Amino acid sequence: MAEVILSNVSKAFRKTQAVTDMDLTVPDGAFVVLLGPTGAGKTTTLRLIAGLEKADTGTIQIGGRDVSVETPAQRDVAMVFQQYSLYPHMSVRDNLAFPLRSPILKTAEDEIARKVAEVAEVLHIPHKLDNKATELSGGEMQRVSIGRALVRDPAIYLMDEPLSSLDAKLRADLRIELKRIHAELAATLLYVTHDQIEAMTMATHVGVLDEGRLVQFGTPREIYENPSSAYVAARLGQPRINLLPTGLFGEDAPQGAAQIGLRPEHIAMDGGAPAHVARVEHLGDQTRLHLKFKDHDVITLTDPHTSLEQGETIHIAPRNPLFFDANGARVA
Amino acid sequence: MSAHSITEPSGRSKWVAGTLVITYALITMIPLAWIMLTGFKSPADAISYPPKVVFEPTLEGYVNLFTTRTRQTDDFLAANPPENWADEIVRQYDMVIVGPSKFGERFFNSVIIGFGSTFLSIFLGTLAAYAFSRFKIPLADDLLFFILSTRMMPPIAVAIPIFLMYRNLGLSDTHLGMILLYTAVNISLAVWLLKGFIDEIPREYEEAALIDGYTRFQAFYKVVLPQAATGIASTAIFCLIFAWNEYAFAVLLTSATAQTAPPFIPTIIGVGGLDWPAVAAGATIFLLPVMIFTILLRKHLLRGITFGAVRK
Repeated sequence: MAEVILSNVSKAFRKTQAVTDMDLTVPDGAFVVLLGPTGAGKTTTLRLIAGLEKADTGTIQIGGRDVSVETPAQRDVAMVFQQYSLYPHMSVRDNLAFPLRSPILKTAEDEIARKVAEVAEVLHIPHKLDNKATELSGGEMQRVSIGRALVRDPAIYLMDEPLSSLDAKLRADLRIELKRIHAELAATLLYVTHDQIEAMTMATHVGVLDEGRLVQFGTPREIYENPSSAYVAARLGQPRINLLPTGLFGEDAPQGAAQIGLRPEHIAMDGGAPAHVARVEHLGDQTRLHLKFKDHDVITLTDPHTSLEQGETIHIAPRNPLFFDANGARVA
Repeated sequence: MSAHSITEPSGRSKWVAGTLVITYALITMIPLAWIMLTGFKSPADAISYPPKVVFEPTLEGYVNLFTTRTRQTDDFLAANPPENWADEIVRQYDMVIVGPSKFGERFFNSVIIGFGSTFLSIFLGTLAAYAFSRFKIPLADDLLFFILSTRMMPPIAVAIPIFLMYRNLGLSDTHLGMILLYTAVNISLAVWLLKGFIDEIPREYEEAALIDGYTRFQAFYKVVLPQAATGIASTAIFCLIFAWNEYAFAVLLTSATAQTAPPFIPTIIGVGGLDWPAVAAGATIFLLPVMIFTILLRKHLLRGITFGAVRK
């Protein structure tokens, strides 16, 4: 396992700037999650580290070694792709053994058998080892492709939305599994997702990308509680943070503030300005309130057993809200 | 009565479809069957009218195909009793077998040239198709069009220049010359077909292999090739069929050493009268390799014909 450092890395595809001046340090043993919408440069960042793309500028170091000119094989990284990664003409066992049989690792067959069995156990697929890769269900396939990364002991594991194609139950199971693997192997992971639960539950660090730039890097709590911009604030939180112009509540906005950011926990419902209940969504463990407040839509949470109904009026007030300037930068 | 289903054809429509397919197959197989049967007829039966469907089979055609014979005097025939069954067959015409015919040699030439050019077309075609599919090649579209454009005229249109060129290069009537020529004709088909197949193989497989510690060529060899096997097989059949059946260039460019079977078979007609059974025997044997090759790879061939029509 090793530390990975990107310094000033940029990458453009024709006219599209995919990654811009990226400075990112993945500490040894960290579980770093990259968050961002489609097109933010998350996958490109992974591919740059893996060596599948060549950076236009900047350097990439893995374990203190500049790998900019090395081939993917030489970089000693393992990667889990979003899809399509099992070799369809091989059995599950051969898929798992494939990295170990590479000319770089050239593992002895008895060692391969041992490692494959071990990984199969972890991923609950020992009974599937002799199946052809194409005979597996989607969930099993993805577990095998995670397994193909886990049989190795690389400098860093790169994972590109590995759970996105799985159903909710399997996703929850594998989240726990990955977290356990991270803890047990003391592995370094760089993990791309746009799923906030994955980010919040697994990450030791979260990096938020916006149009190829790293806009904030910190622990999941820091990113959630102390976002540097409205953009970062909008990446985490369900329902999303509500952004309203300042002054609607007659609050004391700090100098330069143009927007007030209200997460559900920032909205007190025991007095304040009147808001109209437009819709009530009962989700079981929580209830979402869609409010109409001075021509703005506001979404917040309330008690699951609320008796509020559409058409009623409640009073809301901000409680320790976040303030952003006109460009979305955090003011207070 | 079973319920109507939109996707599952009814028993009746299956029956109709089956009958149509079998009828069509029978009609197309009649000439083939006729040639195969004629190979086992006597020369008289072969040209009898009305044509004979039931006849006494003989290997005369095959004996004539593989041997050269001379007519001998009665004295000679009496002094030399027939040595084997083939000898006995030709004795009825007062002939003796004096040696093998050129057919074996010509057939062997066809095998070398047909399979040689198929192998070369597939080898070069796969590499080129992979490069076009995966790498950024300057002017790739123009190059691909150029490769395709070699197929836009009948190959025989360039027969004279090729004839002169081959004479100067010393490639006339050589195996190498014919292999190169058929490869040149087939390569455009091979590149285009194989590019389609390789395009369908997601890049992620190779990228995964690169990260798993393999070089680009190893990834190609271990991951892309096995998955392109279907495409390679069907492309190989198309290439082989062309090279195997090609007649015009073979007539023009080969004679003594590298002549293939197609220009040779018609020459049988001239040897000792219209020997149709021998011609039919030659055609039958000539058919076999492609038939066997096609039957062995038929699953892949079907996929090749419907290529592009079915998404995985």
